[in-house]
Amino acid sequence: MNKLNLIIKREFFAKVRNRTFLVMTILSPLLVVGLGALVGYLSKVNQDSIKIIGYLDDSKLLLEKDFENSKTIEYQDLSNVDIVIAKSQVEHGDFYGFLYVPKKDSISDIATNIEFYSKEPPSLQVISEVERMVEHRLNHILLEKKGIDANALDEAKINPNIKILSFSGEKSSKLIRGVKIGIGLSAGYLIMMFIIIYGAMVMRSVIEEKTSRIIEVIISSVKPFQLMMGKIVGTALAGLLQFSIWGVILLILSIIATTMFGADVAPMGAGNLPINQVDVLDTVVKSEMQIIIEELLRLPILPIFLAFTVYFLGGYLLYSALYAAIGAAVDNETDTQQFMLPVIIPLILGVYIGFASVVNEPHGSIATIFSMIPFTSPIVMMMRLPFGVPWWQIALSLVLLLATFVWMVWLAAKIYRIGILMYGKKPTYRDIYKWLKY
Amino acid sequence: MSNLLVAENIVKNYGDYTALNNVTIEVPEASIFGLLGPNGAGKTSLIRIINQIIMPDSGSVILDGKPLVPDDIKHIGYMPEERGLYKGMKVGEQALYLAQLKGMTRYDAKKKLSFWFDKLEIRDWWGKKVQELSKGMAQKVQFIVTVLHQPKLLIFDEPFSGFDPINANLIKDEILKLRDDGATVIFSTHRMESVEELCEYIALFDKSYNILDGKLSDIKREFKTNTFEIEMYDIKNKFLLNELSENFDILSSSAGPRDNEASLQVKIKGAKDSNDLIQYLAMHGSIAKYSEMIPDANEIFIKAIEKNAVNE
Repeated sequence: MNKLNLIIKREFFAKVRNRTFLVMTILSPLLVVGLGALVGYLSKVNQDSIKIIGYLDDSKLLLEKDFENSKTIEYQDLSNVDIVIAKSQVEHGDFYGFLYVPKKDSISDIATNIEFYSKEPPSLQVISEVERMVEHRLNHILLEKKGIDANALDEAKINPNIKILSFSGEKSSKLIRGVKIGIGLSAGYLIMMFIIIYGAMVMRSVIEEKTSRIIEVIISSVKPFQLMMGKIVGTALAGLLQFSIWGVILLILSIIATTMFGADVAPMGAGNLPINQVDVLDTVVKSEMQIIIEELLRLPILPIFLAFTVYFLGGYLLYSALYAAIGAAVDNETDTQQFMLPVIIPLILGVYIGFASVVNEPHGSIATIFSMIPFTSPIVMMMRLPFGVPWWQIALSLVLLLATFVWMVWLAAKIYRIGILMYGKKPTYRDIYKWLKY
Repeated sequence: MSNLLVAENIVKNYGDYTALNNVTIEVPEASIFGLLGPNGAGKTSLIRIINQIIMPDSGSVILDGKPLVPDDIKHIGYMPEERGLYKGMKVGEQALYLAQLKGMTRYDAKKKLSFWFDKLEIRDWWGKKVQELSKGMAQKVQFIVTVLHQPKLLIFDEPFSGFDPINANLIKDEILKLRDDGATVIFSTHRMESVEELCEYIALFDKSYNILDGKLSDIKREFKTNTFEIEMYDIKNKFLLNELSENFDILSSSAGPRDNEASLQVKIKGAKDSNDLIQYLAMHGSIAKYSEMIPDANEIFIKAIEKNAVNE
């Protein structure tokens, strides 16, 4: 036990004192937050710039009030000139684009012959805003022709918003499902990434002991099994330390971010809507946001965080034993390629199943089965968790995971024990199978 | 003298390949025991079994009168042929770690390391990383961590590879001192010149068998060819060679710078012995040199292996 502690301590400090560990630990949250801030800033800058659109309405159907300037678009009437001049004016002037409404016999002909010229392909947002404007007016005209009071119709329009409630009476929101999917998918994806990152760390450390030839010195003092376990546990502790540092940094940064930019968050969400609807929707959006926040707070955040840690550990332990065995079997990192595939495939499968199946049916049979199979359960179960999973399923999958881990360590230790003393020859799957029987 | 280590009837197979075939060795206490043999003879397998790195398929290892148990690793110091250190770790820190793995306390390890680092004049390296050291320097550190916990049994696998001659001598002297202090040393090599200088006992392995073992001086006597190297001057008998050849085999002869001088290689045959030869020679001239040609370890090594190949 004492020796195991020594090994764990050495492995832990070997990882933590490594320069790349420090850089990774400190830089990656800064990078994530920094990138987020950059994207937010850029999209804000993009929205703030006002696009000037020249227009020429030969049909004379559109009204002055239709070309009301919005937050992002400013219309400029070019009707007093010829189309050729108007076009060249737009092309050489400070315009974003040029809208041309031709004169035709019927409204439907006009509707299909409206043209928009621009120097670069126009943004979807601009085009759809223009389309919406034209559609609104042409609709009105058609309705009036049929003798319907379009303004009255506008007034009679209603925007239903169905409130979703659970039977326990809590208010829910349609959007919350997306949020849950987001949380689940990112948790599962993170677990996959961390398993690969830390598993590869274990593997490299085994290979290092082989190539530096210290391995025989060490195993004349401790059992190979102790060395392997010490390595796995020491690396896991380094990983947990990294997690907690990230947690603290992200918490601090998000507090700073919300206090600095918090006021800007709400209007940004409504920025895409046409100006005349913003006022109406603003209250709806706000209450929706409140519901989401309430719902988020009601999500079992602590249990999810706990489960994340437990499933990360379980999955990591299972896979790191495999990684250790691979590291022991080969002499250098390039030789690991042939053995990596069977390790990576179940991990990727887990993520795919998450995207394909859990998203649609978190409690469907495929999702349920793969959240039990130990090689995919850490990923798939994490994706299901935000939707609420019966406790017995969690317990069962954890028991299976643990049992498989014990079995895998026993198997890996056999390969490890032989592999660390083998030099020179690149082993095949058959060789490894033989080692299992020694 | 009692045996510190006895390995009895050791068998080890790797799949279809037999590494050790019913091998027995006895290592007397406070001696230096040479484990010899060509590559692939099974030396390293036996050493690994003694270090409990691998388990024998059958047979037993007795250390100090008791069967080997896992806790015995603290009584054994092992310097493997394939040796190295963590490259990115500092020398002192690493030596402390390896010493503690052998069961020493941190305090004790520090004290003894300080002694050895002074003794081998490498105190300045304590804070350096191993990758900054030369190969020979790293070997010194490796030697220290092998002997630091004062084991009863020391096992060196090709200990001098990687050392320059000066440091090899330094290490050789340290090994002899450790033996004088009561440690038993097993020493595996295929370099014979070091065997002559160091080993009292040897075992010769070939193709998984122990083909020859015992006290080196006994083995040499066994392998002696009864051939003598002789140099004479003032030879009075012109027919010396002819008369000599009646009772002895003359393997080679050459005249010296002057007529009455000669150097000979003579083999005793029949009922005659060395005394007969020297008496005869003394009657006919003056003897400048008279010595028995004793085979060196290298010749014994080659002869024994050739014999083993014929027997198969």
